[in-house]
Amino acid sequence: MNSNIQKNKASVIENLDAVRAMIKRHKRNDILFATIGLIAIMFGLLALLTLFVDLVMDGYPRFNIQFFSDFPSRRAGSAGLLSAWVGSLLVMLVTFLTAVPIGVAAGLYLEEYAPKNWFSDLIEINVSNLAGVPSIIYGLLALGLFVYGLNLGQSILTAGLTLGLLILPIVIVSTREAIRAIPIAIREAAYAVGATKWQVVKDHIVKYSQGGILTGVIIGMSRALGETAPIITIGALTFIAFLPPSPITTEVPFINFEWLSSSFTVLPIQMFNWLSRPDHAFHINAAATGAIIIVVTLLMNGTAIWLRYKIRKNIKW
Amino acid sequence: MINATTPIKAESKDLNFFYSNGTQALKGINMPLYENKITALIGPSGCGKSTFLRCFNRMHDLYPGNRYEGQIIMHPDNTNILEKGVDPIEVRMRISMVFQKPNPFPKSIYENVAYGLRVRGESNKRLLDDKVEEALKGAALWNEVKDRLQDLAFNLSGGQQQRLCIARALATDPEIMLFDEPTSALDPIATANIEELMSELRNKLTILVVTHNMQQAARISDYTAYMYLGDLIEYGDTDMIFTRPTRKETEDYITGKFG
Ligand SMILES: Nc1ncnc2c1ncn2[C@@H]1O[C@H](COP(=O)(O)OP(=O)(O)OP(=O)(O)O)[C@@H](O)[C@H]1O
Ligand SMILES: [Mg+2]
Repeated sequence: MNSNIQKNKASVIENLDAVRAMIKRHKRNDILFATIGLIAIMFGLLALLTLFVDLVMDGYPRFNIQFFSDFPSRRAGSAGLLSAWVGSLLVMLVTFLTAVPIGVAAGLYLEEYAPKNWFSDLIEINVSNLAGVPSIIYGLLALGLFVYGLNLGQSILTAGLTLGLLILPIVIVSTREAIRAIPIAIREAAYAVGATKWQVVKDHIVKYSQGGILTGVIIGMSRALGETAPIITIGALTFIAFLPPSPITTEVPFINFEWLSSSFTVLPIQMFNWLSRPDHAFHINAAATGAIIIVVTLLMNGTAIWLRYKIRKNIKW
Repeated sequence: MINATTPIKAESKDLNFFYSNGTQALKGINMPLYENKITALIGPSGCGKSTFLRCFNRMHDLYPGNRYEGQIIMHPDNTNILEKGVDPIEVRMRISMVFQKPNPFPKSIYENVAYGLRVRGESNKRLLDDKVEEALKGAALWNEVKDRLQDLAFNLSGGQQQRLCIARALATDPEIMLFDEPTSALDPIATANIEELMSELRNKLTILVVTHNMQQAARISDYTAYMYLGDLIEYGDTDMIFTRPTRKETEDYITGKFG
């Protein structure tokens, strides 16, 4: 009997040693993978950082007020971004005003109203695929549709609509995801007190999905900011030494829409133009522009993260 | 066995229910809900208790393909609330519901309670204030939250959240209140609070409650129904069901011999 217990004890200890050895082995794999992951992250971050530092080093002589307030010029030293950043701003305004209402409405409809059948599945697949279509295809579509079909010309309106179309899938998908994140229990609670579908949508669905929608919109906008190919396709000019008419005027009705049909340039196109000059002095301008685009993009994405955090703080699910 | 003088508030007649995938979850249920009484639904998991409960506020209408057969007649107006022509919203305005897990809106305590009134178009601030206070008192929550009505509902404890949901369901003066396992996510003290609350609510309205807790059914209900696999096996006075059930299956279930 006693020897039996002894033997048991020995086998328990032996077993325990085996377990400990196994845990150690598994832990080694943990560390190995964590290291590989860290290297992968560093690789990505370093690449971006190197690029950014490189642009800043090349472009730093141009980081001054004149660079933002000067029109492009034949002399690199006095060439500036004025028409480009104003153009980008106005194009983005059109993009925002078209993509957000249409995208949010489409997302809401698909998620809340559309009957779930093969047709809505088909739409779903198409919308997801649209997000992956190369942007130059949108440029071709816009050239045919907006420039020639609707005769909108090579204008701010055309560019804004094109980029709006480009980021529409991003807005739709992020709207739908934000809506889907709302728990069924919350919906049922609203219906259970007697709310109509529209009341549920306006008092709950839209409110609780705001954060996610906003994030998607900002990320879409930051993508639109850097898009070059579709804008070139529809024929943006690369040398613009004037500003579009101001949207806000001093006379009644204080708003005018002439700017919409103005020709324009945008930041990435200005950069592309400078980069393609043989004179090296222009490359400094291009580098400075590149750095500015990266900073604005990072700022927009940072805002998206911050907003999502702010809005989600009050919503726990 | 049943007090003949108690008026019936609602009754299901030959009620069948089919989910969109074809599952028949209810099989010819005939059962009354007596006015100002608590009726408890008991039975093993998956027997159709929630399905039956959710017929009463047409919750199943939210999901396409679900189908009712038969009737639920509501008195005194004799409306068949399952009829196609009866708007589910009208039904939900008369019959409110408290869910298993507390599900407050991510809004203030005040807005949670006021929401039912707001969807009815009420915007008079004074009246809303009064109704919110009345409902919170009715749900035994007023003293705990009266100084922080504008706080987020999520900052309340689980038991308080559930009482908030009761206040939300109460604020619209429903004729019937449905409870689907209202205490299964709560600790014993919060559970006792809710049970006491339900006993008091009985004076104002009619209650149908699903519970997994046999003692709870025995403690709070006036009538008890035992369901199994979509059938109503036995219905009767709670005392009767728990002391002298007529059906062998019921006895096995309440004595724990089941399964
Ligand atoms: N949405 C649904 N689609 C198809 N079948 C369903 C659906 N919901 C429930 N059922 C089925 O209907 C039957 C009854 O389910 P129900 O939820 O009413 O049970 P229950 O008695 O409330 O169980 P529990 O005590 O676990 O909550 C079960 O067989 C279940 O699988
Ligand atoms: Mg259930």
